[in-house]
Amino acid sequence: MCLAIPAKIVEFPDGDKTIAVAEVSGVRRRVNVDLLRAGGIEIGDWVLLHVGFAMSKISEEQAVEQMEILTMLDEMTPAMEEVRGYEFAEP
Amino acid sequence: MKYVDEYRDPKLIGAVAAEIARIADPARTYRIMEVCGGHTHAIYRYGLADVLPKNIEFVHGPGCPVCVLPTGRVDDGLAIAEHPNVILACFGDMMRVPGTKGTPLEHKARGADIRMVYSPLDALRLAKENPSRHVCFFAIGFETTAPSTALTLLKAKTENVRNFSVFCNHVVVIPPMRAIVDAPEMQIDAFIGPGHVSTVIGTKPYEFIASEYHKPVVVSGFEPLDLMESVLMVLRQLAAGEAKVENQYRRIVADDGNAAALSAMEQTMQLRPHFEWRGLGSIPLSALSIRPEFSAWDAEVQFEVPGVRVADPSAARCGDVLKGVLSPPQCALFGKECTPERPVGALMVSSEGACAAHYRYVHAGQAVEA
Repeated sequence: MCLAIPAKIVEFPDGDKTIAVAEVSGVRRRVNVDLLRAGGIEIGDWVLLHVGFAMSKISEEQAVEQMEILTMLDEMTPAMEEVRGYEFAEP
Repeated sequence: MKYVDEYRDPKLIGAVAAEIARIADPARTYRIMEVCGGHTHAIYRYGLADVLPKNIEFVHGPGCPVCVLPTGRVDDGLAIAEHPNVILACFGDMMRVPGTKGTPLEHKARGADIRMVYSPLDALRLAKENPSRHVCFFAIGFETTAPSTALTLLKAKTENVRNFSVFCNHVVVIPPMRAIVDAPEMQIDAFIGPGHVSTVIGTKPYEFIASEYHKPVVVSGFEPLDLMESVLMVLRQLAAGEAKVENQYRRIVADDGNAAALSAMEQTMQLRPHFEWRGLGSIPLSALSIRPEFSAWDAEVQFEVPGVRVADPSAARCGDVLKGVLSPPQCALFGKECTPERPVGALMVSSEGACAAHYRYVHAGQAVEA
């Protein structure tokens, strides 16, 4: 739970900037980006996810680095399970 | 060292390790507590204790949310799950934490409707999909996850979802750090501050440790090089007789934290007068409850919970390990009755728990020197 999952913002499906579609290793899920709205969040930005919420904006290089950390800690599989498990997409 | 080859910057790590060895005073010992469970996992995984001089010791702190949750609170959550109309939603880590009458997973096997979710928003969605049921989210975690619960509460109120509640077990990181520096048996020389918690709270809340207790704090990233650099920064401060808060993880952590996250927490949650921590006992103002304005979504208002304090199994020394007084294998149950497959104590449950990390990387031999 301490380790964050890096993701790329690829779409704002609702027009506003509360929910975004984020991509992690080819898996796309809706995530909540409310906490980053004040600082500005755009398509193509990289973020760190915790339990379905984007908590920090990061660079692409930092995203790669975070992926490496998850891989080294054998946390990639649970991280991908977590991302696949986000189910709060509004109908 | 086996894992040095895997480091991203083996040469840099070597250089930092050499500098640490050069400035470390051989006439003394250094006890450095890493507060965050993610750091504990990384330190074990990378075998960093073996790269450092023998007189520098990592003391594993209380930063694993499932590990510090006392058995009584697990029982309280499971008591809510026993209400016939309730769906209890919890994170995967919680599913294997033992309560008095078994883990949430075992309660589920006996018929309780307990579901694993990956986000509090998933629990809210469950409530909307099951209007005739009540969905209670078993919320755990430090300031990293509390804002997510806070935003979910705000959403539940805005959308007036009335069959949803939160059993709030969120804790805050500063009071246990104060309890640890106040405890005479602890003898911690410095702290490696948590990485992701600090993205929310910033670095300023740690100032009192430097100013009042004269102990260095270095907020650190999770790479081996980050952690080694943080140890070096700690040693440089100690060598100079200084104590200040430094931010090694500046690329992610802003000194002021995340204002939106803090505001969401402030709107929905308040500090509890006291909260019990496994191993550390009752600590004032160390956990969050839901504000009265949100009592319609507060499981502790909506349901009666036993609220009974339950002692750990007497042979299990979770508390002493959590305080850094014992190392994991010094507990008589370690690796025998208590294993990651069948944990007796919570420190064996999560990969961020000191016992699970020690079991996996030292006891099971995965991190022995090549």
